[in-house]
Amino acid sequence: MPMPDWLHLRKNAQAGDAAQWTKCSGCGELVYKPDLKASHDICPKCGHYFRMHAADRLSMLLDGDFIEVGGEIEPGDPLQWVDKRPYPEKLASDRKKSGLSEAVVAGFGAIGGFAVGIAVMDFHFRGGTMGTVVGDRVSLLFESARERKVPAIIFTASGGARMEEGVLALMQLAKTTNAVERFRRDGLSYISVLTDPTTGGVSASFAFQADVIVAEAHAAIGFAGRRVIEQTIRQKLPENFQRAEFLLEHGAIDMVVERPTLRETLVRLLDYGIASPRSASRNGAVS
Amino acid sequence: MNPIVDREKGLLELERRITELKGLSSSQNVDLSSQIAALEAEYAKIQREIFGTLSPWHRVNMARHPKRPTAAEYVAKLDQFDELHGDRHFRDDPAVIAGFAKLRSRRIMVVGQQRGRDTKENLRVNFGMVKPEGYRKIRRLFELASRLGLPIVALVDTKGADPGIDSEEHAQSEAIAACLYALAESTVPSVSVVIGEGGSGGALALGMTDRILMLEHSIYSVAGPEAAAAILFADATKAPEAAASLRLTSEDLYRFGIADEVIAEPLGGAHRDRDVTIDRVLSAVDRQLSELGARTTEQLQEERYSKYRRIGALNTNKMPSVVTPSGPSTSLGVNSVEGPR
Repeated sequence: MPMPDWLHLRKNAQAGDAAQWTKCSGCGELVYKPDLKASHDICPKCGHYFRMHAADRLSMLLDGDFIEVGGEIEPGDPLQWVDKRPYPEKLASDRKKSGLSEAVVAGFGAIGGFAVGIAVMDFHFRGGTMGTVVGDRVSLLFESARERKVPAIIFTASGGARMEEGVLALMQLAKTTNAVERFRRDGLSYISVLTDPTTGGVSASFAFQADVIVAEAHAAIGFAGRRVIEQTIRQKLPENFQRAEFLLEHGAIDMVVERPTLRETLVRLLDYGIASPRSASRNGAVS
Repeated sequence: MNPIVDREKGLLELERRITELKGLSSSQNVDLSSQIAALEAEYAKIQREIFGTLSPWHRVNMARHPKRPTAAEYVAKLDQFDELHGDRHFRDDPAVIAGFAKLRSRRIMVVGQQRGRDTKENLRVNFGMVKPEGYRKIRRLFELASRLGLPIVALVDTKGADPGIDSEEHAQSEAIAACLYALAESTVPSVSVVIGEGGSGGALALGMTDRILMLEHSIYSVAGPEAAAAILFADATKAPEAAASLRLTSEDLYRFGIADEVIAEPLGGAHRDRDVTIDRVLSAVDRQLSELGARTTEQLQEERYSKYRRIGALNTNKMPSVVTPSGPSTSLGVNSVEGPR
């Protein structure tokens, strides 16, 4: 299996990281990294879900090869944004830290023999926030999947729209929505998998526009951030508020799935017909 | 306190004195014309001084001015209006005013976000922060508009969607995402006007239209300046700085190619001459609808797709550097609730 460039980058980033141990934010215990990788980034001691890197997620899911699209689309600094640090500096340091060029990796591969377009967001790059590049890559994925007539799967992990790109980031909700709509209008289907955290602009656009919405167990999902709501209503929110299980109870999502069984769940869903396009009905619209 | 309201106080005082002198001069039959002329000259000078160069933060406060015309006032100036209510699931959101209407004899579907003019009204309309039931009403009417072939006119005026427990329980994300989706698949022309504050996803939910118009002193932003300051500087009092960084004025949006037209306001803001403002807005909408009316559904959908598709890294990276209007950027306190990003 040829190793794509982004996987090399990821390897390089890890090579520089000498620490073999990491602290679990669930139980506070030190965890041996190779053990963690062997258990899908789930803490062997307490079962806490670590946020997965896009590359690890892809290797966990895909049968083999992965052909990236839009990897060449790079962020600029349209607002010439400076807060505590200039925006380009933040981008450079996240690039180095994560081995990624942006907060999403998109491309094509196969899961359980089904050809799919797949995009995976990565919280380790700017908190998975959506700026113009994330919008471009996600839209490009839907456009290419439409041409290839294959289903789309998006793993979301995002703090929302990227502040440093201002209203241009907000407009990515519009762009991606149009791409999803055009894709589905052709009778193609789309599964979103909401992982921790899926909030703000990403949750209010493509994350909740899928035919089937799956959430990874325990993931925080919502529009307004927990802290913002607490400040507004001036009271503490219950622990389970905005958790995947809470959303399931309130009817917002189709299912909550544990990480180790995610792959086989996706394969079953694809098999129910999501993998095969319907011919478009009235006016080319499928609702 | 709204700094614009503060700045207006001196002007209102001058206005009062001018009226007083005019009254005196006619009732007592004395010639005070030179005094009146002097006051009027001073009035004009101050007006130019304080409204000629508004900083982005002042523009934010102009957009939030308590006397600024609200959606209901625009709707009242339409030739006909039949309000439609409810999300068909749960509740009617009073923060959304919507229904069938006629604009210059054209049948339309109008939806607007209703901000309150006083505390009592604000409590009723949740300070213009729409809840999921409001977005579901909007989506329903967007779909109805397509079925009936009525063009969509949206009046955007909100700090953002409601940050509350019940809104999250009722799947606010889905409600907004579905509004966006309804606009993407709509087969009729759509025009939105940002009449006050265009706050984040809650504004875009009805603003993702074929044409986006902005009143001169309206703003459109990914997050409220207070929320942005809290997140980026860990200090909500830095909202004036954040307002400048966010590039949220109508000129910025026009330069970005997002706003298609900026509608000039009377000197001193929309509320200084409500009739003129509302008439300008309705005329601009009418003109845009006439233009869009000449297109086929396929053309509309194609143009809509490319309008938003080109707002990407490829184009914006090459964008000429944006210029900040050089107004005074003073720290003038913080108002209101933070919206989500």
